Amino acid sequence: MAATDDLAVRASSDALLKASAPPKKRNMAQFIRWVLLFAGGIVMVMPLAYMISTSMKWPWEVYNLGLIPEEPTLENYTHVLEDGRFFGWFINSLVIATITTLSALFFDSLVGYTLCKFKFRGRYIVFIAILSTLMIPTEMLVIPWYMMSQSFGWLDSYWGIMFPGLMTAFGVFLMKQFFETVPDDFLEAARIDGLNEFQIWWQVAMPMVRPALAALAIFIFLGNWTAFLWPLIVTTSPDLYTLPVGLSSFGDEADVAWELIMTGAAISTLPTLVFFLIFQRFIIRGVVMAGLKG
Amino acid sequence: MASNPSIHDTIPQEKQPAVTRGGFYGRLSINQKRTLWAWAFLAVPILFYVVIRFYPTGNAMVLSFQEWNLLGDRTWNGVDNYITLFSDPVFWQVFRNTFAYLLIGTPVSLVISFIIAYHLDQVRFMHGTIRALYFVPFMTSAVAMAWVWRWFYQDVPIGLFNNMLASVGIAQIDFLDSTTNALPSILAPAIWAGLGFQIIIFMAGLRAIPRTFYEAAKIDGVSTWTVLWEITLPLLRPTIVFIVVLSSIGFLRIFDHVFNMTTANPGGPLNSTKPLVLMIYQTAFDSFDMGYAAAQTVVLFVILLIVSLIQLRLLKDR
Repeated sequence: MAATDDLAVRASSDALLKASAPPKKRNMAQFIRWVLLFAGGIVMVMPLAYMISTSMKWPWEVYNLGLIPEEPTLENYTHVLEDGRFFGWFINSLVIATITTLSALFFDSLVGYTLCKFKFRGRYIVFIAILSTLMIPTEMLVIPWYMMSQSFGWLDSYWGIMFPGLMTAFGVFLMKQFFETVPDDFLEAARIDGLNEFQIWWQVAMPMVRPALAALAIFIFLGNWTAFLWPLIVTTSPDLYTLPVGLSSFGDEADVAWELIMTGAAISTLPTLVFFLIFQRFIIRGVVMAGLKG
Repeated sequence: MASNPSIHDTIPQEKQPAVTRGGFYGRLSINQKRTLWAWAFLAVPILFYVVIRFYPTGNAMVLSFQEWNLLGDRTWNGVDNYITLFSDPVFWQVFRNTFAYLLIGTPVSLVISFIIAYHLDQVRFMHGTIRALYFVPFMTSAVAMAWVWRWFYQDVPIGLFNNMLASVGIAQIDFLDSTTNALPSILAPAIWAGLGFQIIIFMAGLRAIPRTFYEAAKIDGVSTWTVLWEITLPLLRPTIVFIVVLSSIGFLRIFDHVFNMTTANPGGPLNSTKPLVLMIYQTAFDSFDMGYAAAQTVVLFVILLIVSLIQLRLLKDR
């Protein structure tokens, strides 16, 4: 009885799955769905479109609603860059974000690897201790960090801006998860070949988790590129501002024209946008990977 | 695991002469060597976490029971900071604002991102392009976008939104200068920037639901709505928990948008947009009342902890 029922069900299910709703109506619904989604997507990028378009407008047409500048100009960019400050802030942001990203990638994966592949007493406590720091909001740490920076003379320096981000607990957790996928046999084989533990990690294990490293790198770089609160606190001399801090102070100056502010905003946004457009698929995959495993 | 000197310890040791470094190291068993390596790898990170994470955490907690203006000595004042804080009407205003960001921001962004993800998941034509359009704002810096939106919100003839309203003959809206409109106006770009991330995570969650559930539902002739409520949403629970917790933490810690959209009078008008983090910033770095600011950070920490725990309990169990 069961067998015939199964057969009957399977036959009818096949039929059901193949039979689609009246095609005309379905296509219409699907078309409307597509149009609405596309329109929504256009609305989503409108603020960015207006930012870029305004940064290329002459002052006399800034307040026009038109998206396409009547006489596109790069005058605003030359003006802002000739001023010199934005260029310096850009370099500061680039250097700081790059160094912090490299440091965090190195240490996070080293710690993640150690906690994943070495069996020793105390590793569980170390892991829990590092993970527990995820619960502590940065805002709680900025005051003690400021006090530390003040007594060690780290205020107004690259090191002062960078030191809190040199390692991340999130990265340790993420990398530990990914090192689980590296088979122990590979590491054992390398050990027999006479590699020391550091070489095994660097030459054998690290290349096997490259996608995870890339995903982590995107998150950490973006986080440092856009970081605002701590750089705002630790820097007082405009020379050392990062782009967000610089833009904030620039926008706040008296009588700064909106097209120049938009130009500054575009300068701090375009690098990540271009990066996204080039590595789109890869970035989205990385976000999912980091988001779901993390 | 030194208590386990098995075959592993003796056999490979002879095949591995490369790692002999002096007498002490050479005499260690493989497991002891590995333990030594492990602690060597962990030495710098442990130092970092102790000095840059744990010590400051303790320091902030201690400081919250002290009074200090950054110049003189730190003096104990018991729970005075907390008493001052809880009897300060500005704190309660800030507390309400912070939760307003959370209670509006989280559900609104959750619903919008789910609706978009649900439909985008069923669209093939130009799927990648549309997904990119929604995701792009996530790649921007909050500060830059705060200034862009701040321009949108200006009065006629400057602001884009009011110019648009004017062009269709609607009276202009006071976005940032009104005590009632300012908070939602500041929240909007924060929600906007986060949508893309939530959509991507939702779509990954939707993909993870086994097709067989939908096929079974189809056989039973269940309506689309019932499938959504009885299959999709319950199976999406882990994804929803993840997004809710993450976005709640984000909205409770909102700062960049508020600070940059109200620089002339941060948190204004009349403190109507001031979140807790901005209050902390001003107490610490405008008034240099470090102990009082530390007490506020402890309150923020406790709020974040409680909200996360409640959400995990409510949404994960059952």
